[in-house]
Amino acid sequence: MNPANHKKIDQAFGTIHAEALQRRNAFKTAPVPKIHIGMATCGIASGALETKKAFEEVLAERNLDARIHTVGCLGHCYAEPVVIIDHPDSGFPPIFYHEVTAGKAKMLAKLFIEEGDPRFEHVYGAMEANDLIPSVMDFSRFNMEKRIVMEKCGYIDPEDIYDYIAEGGYAALVKALQSNPDEIIQAAQNAGLRGRGGAGFSTGRKWELAQKAAGKDKFVICNADEGDPGAYMDRTILESNPHQVIEGMAICAYAVGASKAIVYVRAEYPLAVKLVTKAIRQAEEQGLLGSGILGSSFNLEIDVFQGSGAFVCGEETALFRSIEGYRGTPRHRPPFPVEQGLWDRPTVINNVKTLASIPPILNKGADWYRNIGTENSSGTAIFSIVGNVVHPGLVEIPMGVSLRTLIFDICGGIPNNKKFKAVQIGGPSGGCLNEDFLDTPVDFDSLTAAGAMMGSGGMVVMDEDTCMVEVARYFLDFTQHESCGKCTFCRIGTHHLLKILTRLTKGEGREGDLELLEVLSADIKNGSLCGLGKTAPNPVITSLKYFKDEYEAHINEKRCPALMCRALTAFYFDLDLCARGCDACATCCPVDAVFTTRNRKKGVDQELCVKCGECVVACPPEYDAVRKVSPPDLVPIIEKPSEKT
Amino acid sequence: MPKILVDDREIEAEEGSTLLQACLNNDIYIPNLCYVEGMQYPSSSCRMCFVEIKGQDKPVAACVVTVRENMVVKTETETVRRLQRSALRLLLSVHRVDCKNCQANKKCELQRIAKFLKIGLKPKKLEQYLKEPEIVQEHPCLDYYPNRCVLCGKCLYVCRKQHGQSVLTFAKRGFETIISFYGQDDESKFECEGCTVCVDICPVGALIMRDL
Ligand SMILES: Cc1cc2nc3c(=O)[nH]c(=O)nc-3n(C[C@H](O)[C@H](O)[C@H](O)COP(=O)(O)O)c2cc1C
Ligand code: SF4
Ligand code: SF4
Ligand code: SF4
Ligand code: SF4
Ligand code: FES
Ligand code: FES
Repeated sequence: MNPANHKKIDQAFGTIHAEALQRRNAFKTAPVPKIHIGMATCGIASGALETKKAFEEVLAERNLDARIHTVGCLGHCYAEPVVIIDHPDSGFPPIFYHEVTAGKAKMLAKLFIEEGDPRFEHVYGAMEANDLIPSVMDFSRFNMEKRIVMEKCGYIDPEDIYDYIAEGGYAALVKALQSNPDEIIQAAQNAGLRGRGGAGFSTGRKWELAQKAAGKDKFVICNADEGDPGAYMDRTILESNPHQVIEGMAICAYAVGASKAIVYVRAEYPLAVKLVTKAIRQAEEQGLLGSGILGSSFNLEIDVFQGSGAFVCGEETALFRSIEGYRGTPRHRPPFPVEQGLWDRPTVINNVKTLASIPPILNKGADWYRNIGTENSSGTAIFSIVGNVVHPGLVEIPMGVSLRTLIFDICGGIPNNKKFKAVQIGGPSGGCLNEDFLDTPVDFDSLTAAGAMMGSGGMVVMDEDTCMVEVARYFLDFTQHESCGKCTFCRIGTHHLLKILTRLTKGEGREGDLELLEVLSADIKNGSLCGLGKTAPNPVITSLKYFKDEYEAHINEKRCPALMCRALTAFYFDLDLCARGCDACATCCPVDAVFTTRNRKKGVDQELCVKCGECVVACPPEYDAVRKVSPPDLVPIIEKPSEKT
Repeated sequence: MPKILVDDREIEAEEGSTLLQACLNNDIYIPNLCYVEGMQYPSSSCRMCFVEIKGQDKPVAACVVTVRENMVVKTETETVRRLQRSALRLLLSVHRVDCKNCQANKKCELQRIAKFLKIGLKPKKLEQYLKEPEIVQEHPCLDYYPNRCVLCGKCLYVCRKQHGQSVLTFAKRGFETIISFYGQDDESKFECEGCTVCVDICPVGALIMRDL
C-alpha cells in the first residue's frame, strides 16, 4: 500500500468519474423533458416495450424534443408499467405515473410533454416535495422503505456504466484498492452483514476463512440461481443495477485474494444474463475489471455462467458440481466451500443481495450499516410480497420491522375487505404463520424461532379464503419435484408427504395421517443431507401446528373450512334468491351443469359440475344466489326435471 | 492413533479414518448402505449411519466424520434408532420385498439392517410406491431391478474405480431417480466387459448378471 499507488488509482478513476459527471450533467441540464421508463422483466411483462414505442412514435410524429431514459425496476409491481416524467418547463416536479399503457403514453406525450398538462387524474405522485402534487414520499409504500441494495434501482440505466458512476458507483472499489484486504474484511464483520442467500452466515467471517485458506486460484461466485417460485429480487437487482453487484464481487475478490469470479444466473433470466454480461464488458473497457485494475496490481476476470434451472443448483455445493459439468447434486459439508469449493479451490459464494450490500458499507462505513436493522441482523431485508395484499412487489425495509407493519402499512393490507389468515415466509420451504405472529420482527433469528425463515425473502400473504392444507400441499408439490433424489429422506419422504396431503385435499384422509405427517416431517428435517430436505417439511410442520383444526376438518368431516379444496365443496343456487327466468349462470357454465327447475329457477347438476366458480361471477350481484358449501353433502336436493322429448 | 469412546468402549482408530470405518473395524456395527472403505468423498446419501457425538446437538452421519482424539460417540440412542428405522421404512416403502425369489436373499444388507433394527420388511404405516418396469434390460449383460435398488451409488463408484470411468450412472431426478447405463453407442465410454464389481458390491439384489 504505497501512496504513489493510491495516487495512480485516484487518477485513473478520476478521469472516468469526470466523464460520467459530465454526461450526467449534460443530461440533467438539457432543457428538454425526460421520460424514465422502467424496463426490467417485470415492466416488459406489463407492456413497457409498447409504452416506450408509443412515446417514441408520438415524439417523432409531433417533432417533440424529449429524452427517453430506460431504467430498471422500482419494485412497485402493482403499478407497472411505471413511467416518471421530468418536465422542468411545465413547472411541475418529476411525476410518477402508474400503469402507463401505450394509450396512456400517447396521451401523456401529447398533453403533458407538448401542452404541459400533467393530467391530474392519472398522476400517482410527485417524486419530490412540492406545493402542487402530493409527493409519493407521503405514501407508506415509499417512505417506510429503506433502500440500500435497491437504492439506485429504477433510477439509473443498467446499460450505462456512466449512470452508475455518476451516482457514486465504483467509489467503494477505489477505496478498497487503497486499503488493506484485512480492513475490508474487518469492515464486513463490523457491519454485521449476514448472507442474504438464506442461511444468514456472517459474510465477514466467510471472507476471512477464504482469505486464510491455503491454495491459489481462489474463486468468488455470485449466486443468482434464485429458483424459488415467487422470488424475483435477485433478477430485479441484476436487471436494474448490475454494476453494484459487480463492484461488490470485485471488492470481495480483492479482499480474499481471488482473481476469478463467476456470476451464476439462471438461464431462465435472459435479460439479467444480457445486462450483467454487458455490464462486465463495460467495466472491463473502463479498466474496472481485467488485469491491473485502475492501475493497481489487482486482476479480476468475471464470467457469467447460465444455470440449468434446477432449484437445488442454488445450493452451493450442487452449484459447483453444475459448473464443473456434472449432475447438480449437493454433497456433504464440510469440507466447506471456503476450503474446497469450485474445482476444489477455496471459494467464496455469496448471494446477489449480500454482494450488493458491500459498496454502500464501504462508502458509508460499517457503523452506519450496523445501526440499521437490529442487533443481530443489521441492514435491510428485501421481500417479494405477493398474494392477497393491495400493493404487492419488492420491498426493502430495515430488519426488525414487524410483519404487521410490512403487510398492513407498507403493502396496504388485505384487499376486498377480507381477513388476514396466514403469511408464508422464506420461499417454498418457509413456514406459515398465523395472526398471532403479526408482531414478529422480520430478522433472521426471530423468523427462524417462529418456525419460518428469512430464506430467499419470498412472502405470500393469504386471506381467509385460503385452505392451509392446500397451501402445504402446493409447496410440497414444488419441493418434492425439486428434490435431487440423492438422499433417502428427501427423495422418498417428501413423496409420502405429498401423497398424504393430496389425499387430505381430496377428502380421502384417514385416521393416523396427522401423526404420520408429523413424524415424517420431523425425520425428513433431521435426516436429510442438504438444506432442501432439511427445510422442505416446514410448511407442513407450521400449518399443522397453527391450523390443526383445518386438517382435522378435512379428515373427520370431509370439510374444507376455507371452501377451497374442490373435492370437498359444492355449489348450489339459493332458490329464494335466484331470479325466475334469469339465465346468466346457465350461459356461462362451461360444462352445462346448470339446469332449469320447473318453476324456471336454476339448479346445479352435481355430477357434471367441475366447481370452476364461473356461475358465482356470472350471477348478477342483485340476486347473489350462488352458494358454495363444504362438505358437498350440505347441498339441498333440487330436483332436475326429466328431459322432455 | 486417536483413541475414541464408542458406547462406553474405548477403541483405537486409524489416523484420518472415518468414524464409521473405525467402528466397523472394531466390530461395532452401524447400519450403512452407501459407504465403501477408502472413499475420499462419501456420498452420505443413504442416511443410515447416524450416531450421536458428544458436543453436537443433532445426530450426524458417521461416514462423513473424521475421528478425533477423545471423541465420545453413542451409536444406540433413541434418536439415532428413530432416524435409522425411519430411513429403512422409507426405503422399504419403495421396495418389492420378495426375498424368496431374490438372488440377494440371506446376504442382503436390507435384511441385515431390518433384523438389527428389529423391524419387519413390510412397513405397515407407509403406502407402497413401486416403479415400472420391474426389470430393466438395457445393458448387454446386466439386469437392473429398480424396485430393489436403494440408490446407494456404490456400483458407480466401484465401476469408476476399476475402470477410470463408469458405464453406470444416475438417471432422472428426485423420486424417479434410477441407475442407468451409458449406451454402447456412446463412443466416449468404454464398453462393459462384465467384470461384475458392481454386482458384487450391490448391497441388495438390484444388479444381476443375466444368464446369457
Ligand atoms: C435448495 C437450496 C437452494 C438454494 N438456492 C439459493 C439461491 O437461489 N440463491 C442463493 O443465493 N442461495 C441459495 N441457497 C443458499 C446457498 O447454498 C448459499 O448458502 C448462499 O448462496 C450463500 O450466500 P450468502 O452467504 O450470501 O447467503 C440455496 C440453498 C439450498 C439448500
Ligand atoms: S436433501 Fe433432497 S435435494 Fe438435498 S441431497 Fe438429499 S435428496 Fe438431494
Ligand atoms: S361451478 Fe362452474 S361448473 Fe359448476 S355450475 Fe357453476 S359454472 Fe357450472
Ligand atoms: S433386495 Fe433384500 S430385501 Fe429386497 S427382496 Fe432381495 S433379499 Fe429381500
Ligand atoms: S444397483 Fe445396487 S449398488 Fe447400484 S445403486 Fe442400486 S442398490 Fe446401490
Ligand atoms: S415492478 Fe419490478 S419486480 Fe415488481
Ligand atoms: S453410510 Fe453414511 S449415509 Fe450412507
